[in-house]
Amino acid sequence: MPTRPTGTRTPVLSLRGISKNFGAVSALTDVDMDVHAGEVVALVGDNGAGKSTLVKILAGVHQPSSGTVIFNGEPVTISTPSVALNLGIATVFQDLALCENLDVVANIFLGRELSPFRLDEVSMEIKAWTLLNELSVRIPSVREPIASLSGGQRQTVAIARSLLLDPKLILLDEPTAALGVAQTAEVLDLIERVRDRGLGVVMISHNMEDVLAVADRIVVLRLGRNNGVFTPDTSHEELVAAITGASNNAVVRRAARRQQTDVGQHHP
Amino acid sequence: MSNRISTNVPLDQQDVRLKHEQGLAGTIRAFWVRVRTGDLGSLPVVVGLVIICSIFQYLNPVFLSSNNLVNLLFDCSTVGIIALGVVCVLMVGEIDLSVGSVSGLASTITGVLWVSNGWPVAAAILAALLTGSVIGLLYALLYNYFSMPSFVSSLAGLLAALGMQLYLLGNTGSINLPYGSPLVNFGQMLLIPDPLSYALVLLVGVGMFLTGYRSAQRRRNAGLSAPSLSNLLLKAAITIIGLGAIVFYLNQGRGVPWMFALFVALVVLMNYALTRTSWGRAMHAVGGNREAARRSGINVRFIYITAFVACSTLAAAGGILAAARLASSSQQAGTGDVNLNAIAAAVIGGTSLFGGRGSAFSALLGIIVIQSIASGLTLIDLSSSLRYMITGAVLAIAVIVDSLARRSRMSHGRA
Repeated sequence: MPTRPTGTRTPVLSLRGISKNFGAVSALTDVDMDVHAGEVVALVGDNGAGKSTLVKILAGVHQPSSGTVIFNGEPVTISTPSVALNLGIATVFQDLALCENLDVVANIFLGRELSPFRLDEVSMEIKAWTLLNELSVRIPSVREPIASLSGGQRQTVAIARSLLLDPKLILLDEPTAALGVAQTAEVLDLIERVRDRGLGVVMISHNMEDVLAVADRIVVLRLGRNNGVFTPDTSHEELVAAITGASNNAVVRRAARRQQTDVGQHHP
Repeated sequence: MSNRISTNVPLDQQDVRLKHEQGLAGTIRAFWVRVRTGDLGSLPVVVGLVIICSIFQYLNPVFLSSNNLVNLLFDCSTVGIIALGVVCVLMVGEIDLSVGSVSGLASTITGVLWVSNGWPVAAAILAALLTGSVIGLLYALLYNYFSMPSFVSSLAGLLAALGMQLYLLGNTGSINLPYGSPLVNFGQMLLIPDPLSYALVLLVGVGMFLTGYRSAQRRRNAGLSAPSLSNLLLKAAITIIGLGAIVFYLNQGRGVPWMFALFVALVVLMNYALTRTSWGRAMHAVGGNREAARRSGINVRFIYITAFVACSTLAAAGGILAAARLASSSQQAGTGDVNLNAIAAAVIGGTSLFGGRGSAFSALLGIIVIQSIASGLTLIDLSSSLRYMITGAVLAIAVIVDSLARRSRMSHGRA
């Protein structure tokens, strides 16, 4: 894994003091985060840590209650998903946000069809095949409705779709959650390829192996607050401690119990 | 990194898992698989129409006479245009229950402004159409900003439009439109001259072939699979012969009404808009998965506005033509079964009540079924009480077929 100089350039994206309340619940409190071009930032945290909320704010699905979003050095307000797209922020949502009644081509080009008053189906189909081939995706037919595809195939369609507009920043919410072993590896390859093109990548994942394999920096959220930034040479235990909030947590206790039983078995 | 070397196989057929049906037998096999998995298309309508025609022809031989069919087409056009609007709202997964009274209101406005107030007929028609658009806009705003379910807002609209119609007509109860005026002639008499009707059929066939040929050539040049020349020729020939035979038979009677031609033209236009423009894509997307459409950057609220406005405007257009057909604007216009017939036509034709699936042609097919039943029942002298019951039953059957087909599609991964 090559290390990248990051501190010198202005980040593609900076978040400063982002908070988001849903009624009485504060999902995010004072969150800061930087993403540079050509960098994979992994966003990790337990369930309910606010990762998905943060991504939805960047994608224009939710608006922050307070705080500033700085994109390419300028403060921006991402009021709707189309504003995010026009800025150059592409998102692959966890709930894949594809239309099951439309075919693969229609889904990839949804909302940005070529020649809107006389759809250029041929060019769209070719572009769709090119994108899918670049990702080495094997989809039987791009003219079948999405409903007939497997979860992994849908995920790759969703990623292909996000790359269509040549974004500057791509947000991946749990990109490998539904994938098999080989497809996971392919998606990780793909993430590295996207990064090497000079894009900023924000990836949410629960899978520590994936995170340590591909991330340049790891931002930990806990209960809606920043809980440290780590490098990929951090140990698994340290990350878990940061995610769960203490060195005394269910995971550590469980490991300790296992060790004790092991010891007990060896010395009866 | 591409591992595709085979150059003879089109780009879109290289995956070994994909089954390719070849030749005529293959086409039939593929069609049968589609039907079995719940992708029924227009099959139930065609089967239904054949059954209906056989029964009525057996009961009364006048049914299939060319003059009865010409009358049928006149009657189809008015409610058919309303049904075309219903297709738009059903496509985004909503409903408009007020199309009947909006059409009645439009017919009244035309009559009041044109006959009673002496407006030019074009201005009166425009005012009626605009009223329809405003009503649709109102539903859309209620839906977008107050999340008012469309069936409630349109039920309220049904009553309000009906009240408006009664208010405008006042004590007179009905206004007669002058016989011999262009509008009434259009609704009752104007027919396409025989040679022109055949020329139009030829134009449709040749146009179909040329567009098909051009897109096939573009696909082949781009390395995609494309239908063969013989396939395209066969399709065009079947269209020309089929349509030609129908037009020939109609020309034995009075001929093809211009009003029906207007209806078909609107259907073709709507079909183009729904399948070949990004607006149509967005309509399908909003009906299929609203949140996904929103996240793709589609202006979902605008799409709802266009759907509701298109529906009410087309309902108004249908109402104006109905007034022309009857040469009157009366309190009865748009009441009774107009509402249900229009919605039933769209559903029977294959547009799903659940949104995201449908086609402009379903309005055409559906209304022919509905009007055939109405015409047949009138011919065998059944009272309107029985007619209502039978039409209601047909709508129920159509919705059951839609629901079952949807369930089957979902279990076979066809959405």
